[in-house]
Amino acid sequence: MFDFGIVTNWINDLLVGCMPVWAATLIECVIIGVLILLAYTVLALFYILYERKLCAWFQCRLGPMRVGPWGLLQVFADMFKILIKELISLKGTDKFLFKLAPYIIITSSVVMLACLPWGRGLQIIDYNIGIFFILAVSSVGVLGILLAGWSSNNKYTLIGAMRSGAQMISYELSLGLALMSIVVLAGTMNINELVAQQERCWFIFQGWLPAVVAFVIYVIAATAETNRGPFDLPEAEHELTAGYHTEYSGIHFGFFYLAEYLNLFIVSGIASLMFLGGWMPFHIAGLDCFNMVMNWIPGPIWFLAKAFFISYVIIWFKWTFPRVRIDQMLALEWKYMMPFALVNLIVMAVFVAFGWTF
Amino acid sequence: MAVKEPSIKSMKHEDFKDNEYIDKLVEELNATGANVMVGKLDQLINWGISNSLWPLCFGTSCCAIEFMCLGAARYDMARFGFEVARNSPRQADYIMVQGTIVHKMAPALVRLYDQLAEPKYVIACGGCAVSGGPFKKSYCVVDGVDKIIPVDVFIPGCPPRPEAMFYGLMQLQRKIKLQKFFGGVNRQEKIQDFFRKHPSEAGEY
Amino acid sequence: MSVKDCISKICPSATFEEGDILLVNVPAENWRKLAEELKHNPELNFDVLTAVVGMDWKESLGVVYYFTATSHKWEMLSVKVAVADRENPYIHTVSDLWKVANFQEREVYDFFGIKFIGHPDMRRFFLRNDWKGFPLRKDYDANPALNPIPTDDEKNEDDTISYVEQPDGTIKGIPGKVFKEGDYVVNVGPQHPSTHGVMRFRAAIDGEEVKKVDVVSGYIHRGIEKLCESLGYPQILHFTDRMDYMSAHQNRHCLCMCIEKAMGLVIPERAVVIRTIMDELMRISSHLLSFGCTAMDLGATTAFFYGFREREMILDIFEKTCGARMSMNYNVIGGVIADLHPDFVKDVKALLAIMPERLKEYHKVYSGNIIAKNRMVGVGHLSKEDAINYCITGPSGRGSNWSNDCRKKHPYAAYDRVEFDEVLLDGCDSYARYMVRMKEIEQSCRIIEQLIDRIPEGDIRAQVPKIVKLPAGHWYTQVEASRGTFGVYIESDGGKTPFRVHFQSPCFNLVGVMDLCCRGNMIADLITIGAALDFVIPDIDR
Repeated sequence: MFDFGIVTNWINDLLVGCMPVWAATLIECVIIGVLILLAYTVLALFYILYERKLCAWFQCRLGPMRVGPWGLLQVFADMFKILIKELISLKGTDKFLFKLAPYIIITSSVVMLACLPWGRGLQIIDYNIGIFFILAVSSVGVLGILLAGWSSNNKYTLIGAMRSGAQMISYELSLGLALMSIVVLAGTMNINELVAQQERCWFIFQGWLPAVVAFVIYVIAATAETNRGPFDLPEAEHELTAGYHTEYSGIHFGFFYLAEYLNLFIVSGIASLMFLGGWMPFHIAGLDCFNMVMNWIPGPIWFLAKAFFISYVIIWFKWTFPRVRIDQMLALEWKYMMPFALVNLIVMAVFVAFGWTF
Repeated sequence: MAVKEPSIKSMKHEDFKDNEYIDKLVEELNATGANVMVGKLDQLINWGISNSLWPLCFGTSCCAIEFMCLGAARYDMARFGFEVARNSPRQADYIMVQGTIVHKMAPALVRLYDQLAEPKYVIACGGCAVSGGPFKKSYCVVDGVDKIIPVDVFIPGCPPRPEAMFYGLMQLQRKIKLQKFFGGVNRQEKIQDFFRKHPSEAGEY
Repeated sequence: MSVKDCISKICPSATFEEGDILLVNVPAENWRKLAEELKHNPELNFDVLTAVVGMDWKESLGVVYYFTATSHKWEMLSVKVAVADRENPYIHTVSDLWKVANFQEREVYDFFGIKFIGHPDMRRFFLRNDWKGFPLRKDYDANPALNPIPTDDEKNEDDTISYVEQPDGTIKGIPGKVFKEGDYVVNVGPQHPSTHGVMRFRAAIDGEEVKKVDVVSGYIHRGIEKLCESLGYPQILHFTDRMDYMSAHQNRHCLCMCIEKAMGLVIPERAVVIRTIMDELMRISSHLLSFGCTAMDLGATTAFFYGFREREMILDIFEKTCGARMSMNYNVIGGVIADLHPDFVKDVKALLAIMPERLKEYHKVYSGNIIAKNRMVGVGHLSKEDAINYCITGPSGRGSNWSNDCRKKHPYAAYDRVEFDEVLLDGCDSYARYMVRMKEIEQSCRIIEQLIDRIPEGDIRAQVPKIVKLPAGHWYTQVEASRGTFGVYIESDGGKTPFRVHFQSPCFNLVGVMDLCCRGNMIADLITIGAALDFVIPDIDR
């Protein structure tokens, strides 16, 4: 696998060679910042089109067709439109919090995006507690939703925010527990090391039964974490008009919209890193020729393909299932998924202790 | 910078009716003239707005069912990028008034219109919204929504076929492509005007 | 003992008018006593209040009630109560005996200003509280300056009034409130994606639980009944297509039948069969829409598109024969307006061929889904007794195991010569209501299958005079529309225009049980219950 560290180190050396260290660091920070924001926007736009096309195909429709070839420019039209939409400021709202909320949400998802490695060495910070950090940052997002709901001074948004709070805090438990099973298997929280250990065989195969169970739990919890159907209660269109962001217009609404899709990418990306080997190619022991071909495909493509596949599954959920009710959703988490995830964690520990893994 | 006639994919200019109106708009725009930069930006923004018209779900009667057909697989308004129907007026771009508006509903419709974020458009869809339709003589029917809110496009029919709705939407697209965003539809005065009329709403705006 | 004898024993001052439905004239002061007997006397036992028609006979105001006795072969009876006082007309309420009268009497108050003594909540139903005058009175001043288009927002109508008869005979209004102090009231509608139009519910909630629902109607009240009074009979037909647009054929069929009954017109066989087939096609189309909307309201958007896919086929059939996708205007007095399209039989057979397989697909996509079942089973309980008391007919009533199909009880058109089952389920919940609809699609297909090859040749229309005049009198007809029993009341004074037309729509009763069904359920269930009851708002408001 090509190590992108070579490229980044070369750039670093080049910069340090011709200017003081602080200036080099500053320039690097700016470049990275720009790159992240660019990746964020491109990914979000891609995801919006991806979902609109996918849902159209599920529904025997064509989806966006007329703006640009195959409707590819549709999302750009939407972006221009949203950018120039009026920002309505409302009477009776908490002005500061109302305006702060979308930024909290977008910041939390940008930070999470920054933590994901796309390939070997293609990562911003190599934390030794990477996965823990991602989980911690992801909980900041719910704060934004709560603030948005509360500051809007609207009953629908408030109910949406309360639902969202209950939902995200509950599902974070099983999400975390599912990831912990893998951490137990790998013995590290460093994402780079986690991926490196999957070179031989992906964790979902290495840990067999408990890893598969953890994967299923993770996907369900991730769907709930991203507020997507069948767990889209906070914005349940047919109950609460638009949920917690009912009162937001223009780019503020655009932030919620982008963050929703980016969160989808992030949870899929984490699943890809933790269960499906991240940027590691698919290998079958013994088939050297096949493995060679797989190695030719660059790491970032592997990573993105896996993430898009999991997103596809989550999108598929949304356009197939009806929405669950708040009490059913909480019952599912607290009565079934959380105990199950706990047991699964213990089973995994036993498996690891006895060395029953591949 | 010369403004050209707005083009719609796979519809010729002659295929549309009411071209005099569009021609007049083009003429007006050309007569006033515009800076090339502003003109190009205007075009870009208008391209964005016209191709991303998100409707507000607002159906009062029969026409709403035909609007659902418009979204369903056979007609599929998603092809135009119109399918993101928003339930919150803050996030929608246009109201398509589908069905009769009666006296009790009129203030609610005006309020919805006020809640839409600029730039916003109104389409009166169906005989009832255009003129009161078969209920024109009733004691409590608003004969034409243009009596209470400004209307951009009228689509006659009872109810209009989905094709007619598409035609109306394309006419709206053409109209948007000829608007002046800078110094035109984006005027802040409109908002200030609203608060002058409704001082109680102003508060600490 | 016959009904007539029984009533004369209870109320000797009552007079009778024979007709296809027996009419009893009762003085207002004896009405309450008779009503109690009608409900509770085992010999009478009129347990369903089918229709309440407010009337203005110029010299007096009053109400005509239509009752049905489910235990006596669905025999019908009408009672006329009149008061001469135009300033302060009072009639005793029956809303405590038949719950359906609650909203019906509010409608009569709204239109005629008749106050009902003992009614718990005498507010206007369709019009705003600041409306001046009572529009359906014959002396109503229609000057638009009196009631201009309102520009101010409507006040939340929390104040109710209830009229109570004091021991000394005077009547006193007792004010009340809809919601208690400190209730957290969420407003759903009029512009809300799940109200299927412009209905408005005000729900008091506790957390996620609904404590009370107040129905505010009239956001699409178009005054059809008043408009009818100034138009000739052929001209009023098109209104029925635009009330419940999902039962356009059935509604129009009913109105045509009522006029034909009054004229004594015999319809050619071909027209009768065509009407029956069209009614059933309309029912399939309506139930498909209902399937789609139920699914969409519960968040399963994709199922909606599948329902609409088949619905388009039916719309094509309609379009070929009638010339329009919706608002077909197909039935006319004496028959149908145009002959069938040459492709009709072929197209209908193509539809029948795919429906069973498509229904399986729907069940696979939606009905069988565990989440959908959890959302609907046990939600919005409505017992059989309540269904009868609130007169919930149609699929919703049959979901509570109440056999009420008008096609079986009072067969009309070609329904007496086809075999079909009345679908009854005893779930009494939203899922049962939903499943009744899905099964009725099968039954409708069965009816069409039996008729499609047996359309007789001949005229499509009877000879009808250019100007239709009805003799003086009054008539009431019912058909089974997609959502329940649809009734038309016509009173004529012998002229070219009707003296009074009343449409008894099934959806009007459906919305009456919203409060009962929603109490104790969650906010999300409010949407489920509304979707499964499947009301069409323009049909409620008319």
